[in-house]
Amino acid sequence: MNALRVSGLAVDLGGRRVLTDVDLTVDRGELVGLVGPNGAGKTTLLRSLMGLLKPRAGEVEVDGEPVRRAGTGLGYVPQRHEFAWDFPLSVEGVVMTGRIGRLGLFRRPRAADWRAVVEALDRVRMADLRTRPVGELSGGQRQRVLLARALALQPSALLLDEPFTGLDMPTQELLSDLLLSLARDSHAVLTTTHDLPGALYTCDRLILLNRTVVAAGPPNELRDEQPWMDTFGVGEGSPLLKILKAV
Amino acid sequence: MSPIDFLRDLVNPDLAFLPKALLVSVMSSIVCGVVGCYVVLRGMAFIGDAVAHAVFPGLAIAFAVSGNLILGGTIAGVATAVLVAVFSQNRRLREDSVIGIFFVAAFALGIVVISRAPGYAGSLQQFLFGSITGIPDEDLYTVAVTGIVVLGAVFLLHKEFVAVTIDREMARATGLRVFWLDIVLYVLVTLAVVISVQTIGNILVLALLVTPAATARLLTDRLAVMMLLAPAIGGTCALIGLYVSWSWDFPTGGTIVLVLTAVFLTAWISAPKHGLLSRASGRRAESAAT
Repeated sequence: MNALRVSGLAVDLGGRRVLTDVDLTVDRGELVGLVGPNGAGKTTLLRSLMGLLKPRAGEVEVDGEPVRRAGTGLGYVPQRHEFAWDFPLSVEGVVMTGRIGRLGLFRRPRAADWRAVVEALDRVRMADLRTRPVGELSGGQRQRVLLARALALQPSALLLDEPFTGLDMPTQELLSDLLLSLARDSHAVLTTTHDLPGALYTCDRLILLNRTVVAAGPPNELRDEQPWMDTFGVGEGSPLLKILKAV
Repeated sequence: MSPIDFLRDLVNPDLAFLPKALLVSVMSSIVCGVVGCYVVLRGMAFIGDAVAHAVFPGLAIAFAVSGNLILGGTIAGVATAVLVAVFSQNRRLREDSVIGIFFVAAFALGIVVISRAPGYAGSLQQFLFGSITGIPDEDLYTVAVTGIVVLGAVFLLHKEFVAVTIDREMARATGLRVFWLDIVLYVLVTLAVVISVQTIGNILVLALLVTPAATARLLTDRLAVMMLLAPAIGGTCALIGLYVSWSWDFPTGGTIVLVLTAVFLTAWISAPKHGLLSRASGRRAESAAT
């Protein structure tokens, strides 16, 4: 049983078809990289899985069950700049907002909610900064707070949108170690990235996306250059292909 | 005039309008201070301004037909807020343009309506700049009850408002009804404006929403503290402003706003963490360390 299974997904944006016939699966325990050029529909795919866009066609299953309300069982980590970092809120306050939809109107967080928050912060190794205002955090710490917010609902699968963008190399490495350990901890982790060498090196599987899934598989089975050239629209002399050979 | 004289005037039965004006000013400043925290943190000062102006035609119509001012103002403010929310769905126009169109239109409508009402010039000035005389007794109750309703709604919906403010997309993804929460917040802003217009006036009311909350933001990084500090600042400045305006015979609305502004500037210069002085000394310490 796949933690996340997408079949035949089609999405329109502004009257234009952006995604056609997307099929993919992510299992618990694996870290999957979603790669493709700008405009390939990576963010659109994640947003429609979360129910922020209404797909034209297709089905989404989480843990073998068709989802009735989109986003159920999925934890979403949007791009860092979507968040109002100047808001006067502590780290634990931000992580608690991940549970607000579940809490329901007029309800205050209970002990179980705070336990889930502390657990999520422990998981991303941010527990010691619990009371720090989020505005004072570094880029890597901010990314981990958003990750903890997604974990606060104990989802089966995590969807991350370009978590590595704007982070320096050591911070990127820490984050990809964290994602890998979350995957091994029986989460299904799907992350978009523009860092191809990093993705080839760390991810268990890659999905090459451009309007639809061009190819998917473990990095060592994606040696063939043709799907990469098709996905990214580059010619034979492209540095991208040289990186591919080098890794 | 010393504060003792001011107290004496407050209890003087011949000046019965004075304690009423004080109560209404302080109550409405407290409500505006709380609601203003969302206005400041969401960066919606412009929509606060829009709602404040949009209230005007409702007040004008209610005045012309001798109806309930608060009800009229609320209907007009909410109608404008809903129009802005709906028209902003069109991606070609940014929200600030839509706001720019509708709030001036609403204000224009108010001017046309009130020009038809008897006693035009005097009532126009009263609406625009506020007045401490002529507050009927029942307004005290209306302001108190409306204020309690607004504060109660804030208490109940606080965590939802926070979630929508920090990350709209995520709020939507976790199942919050973002559009309706926006409308409720606009209604709360409108109510806070309507109960304040009487004393401070239509044009100056924005200061009650924005200045205390912005001052509080400079003084703290904790939301709970900010939402207690802002109404405290607003209420205190309303009291001081009324005292100063009564002593020197200044217009009340303008004086309250100037007191608020003075407090804001003081905080901007000397706030413990984000103020000008501490930032400068922080830089000095940093350069001394390196």
